[in-house]
Amino acid sequence: MGLPTAHICSIVPISKTVGANRIIPSIAIPHPLGDPDKSPDEEKAIRRRLVEQALAALGTDISDQHVFDEPISSD
Amino acid sequence: MPEKIQTIHYVNQFFGGLGGEDQAGVAPQWYDGPKGPGQLIAGMAPDIEIIGTIVAGDNYMAENLDAAVAEIVGLIEAKRTVAADFKPKLLLAGPAFNAGRYGMACAAVCQAVQARLGIHAATALHEENPAVEIYRRPVTIVRASSDVMGMRDAATNMARVGLKLVAGAAIVPTEDNTISHGLRQNYFADAPGAQRAIDMLLRKVSGATPETEYAMPVFGRVPPAPAVKNMAQATLALVTSGGIVPRGNPDRIESANASKFGAYSLQGLDRLSGETHQSVHGGYDPTYANEDPNRVLPLDVMRDLEREGRIGKLSETYYATVGNATSVERAQRYGQNIAAELVNVGVQAVILTST
Repeated sequence: MGLPTAHICSIVPISKTVGANRIIPSIAIPHPLGDPDKSPDEEKAIRRRLVEQALAALGTDISDQHVFDEPISSD
Repeated sequence: MPEKIQTIHYVNQFFGGLGGEDQAGVAPQWYDGPKGPGQLIAGMAPDIEIIGTIVAGDNYMAENLDAAVAEIVGLIEAKRTVAADFKPKLLLAGPAFNAGRYGMACAAVCQAVQARLGIHAATALHEENPAVEIYRRPVTIVRASSDVMGMRDAATNMARVGLKLVAGAAIVPTEDNTISHGLRQNYFADAPGAQRAIDMLLRKVSGATPETEYAMPVFGRVPPAPAVKNMAQATLALVTSGGIVPRGNPDRIESANASKFGAYSLQGLDRLSGETHQSVHGGYDPTYANEDPNRVLPLDVMRDLEREGRIGKLSETYYATVGNATSVERAQRYGQNIAAELVNVGVQAVILTST
């Protein structure tokens, strides 16, 4: 069965090498889900987009490793 | 003529000549001299004197391994006290090839006699024997074929490696055909690294296959888990290798080569803050994560999504370790343990963040 896991990570090649299946590229190593150069609101919006990307990945059936980096439509 | 090395040989009921499955329940017994494969070893390795053979049934060993191994240790100790010239320096177990129960017994006996009696020990197993994964670190395991067809090679090499152990010589897995203990060992090389690298490159350019000095770990692959069907009713959990822990690092998770993971409550928290949480990861500049730990563990967004009904709920415990120079073996173990705990509390999907 397994537990579906979305890996939000800064270094996609490592994630691929170690065998993650649902991979979401993040912003940067010291702040994967944020950007200190942006305003707090903008930063949270970036974070939200990444987590939504992760939810989309978790909701998608895949047969092999997949990098979810396509922009997702915001509702 | 140099003195022969007193050696004890361990075999199961089958190789000990007692019988098949009908004899698998027999308790460990001592027989003077070599039996079965021990006769082969004695014939091929003139430096070895097999002073006795311990025979035990596969089921007897498998059903209560610790107690059965202790019995064998006791058997050897008892021999020691009654005979002054009883001075075994080596124990050889098997070969057990790919036999599961037998392999476990061989490896466990080796581990016990070297740890408790100070006797060198070696066994011979096929690389897929389940005992290999469990005992490869403490026990010297010679590579064997999957079945008894490879008896001669395995027994010969096991005896040779055993003698090297007694002599205090280094065992080199690639040369001695043993299974690596998974430990790095320092040694003096003939040439500096730069020169060896150039040599390796030249060999490659000339069309030969250079042999690596440091094999990369093999990473397991798992088939992707099926998708979450109904996110609005699912319980999700947050896990991170980015070292986000409650302020003060209550479990003292190391900033590199972490020896543990932590499980921490999110109850009553709407977001993380620099006052409540911090990064203890030693592999990146923690300034931004300490300022706002949501940049690594996105609790604020998860709470929003929970409130909006986009997800069913967020599990009230998150898991954290430091993924900095952490060995694959450890990381795998943490992953398995964390997954087991998450499944136990009904988590259906995970968001794992890495720096």
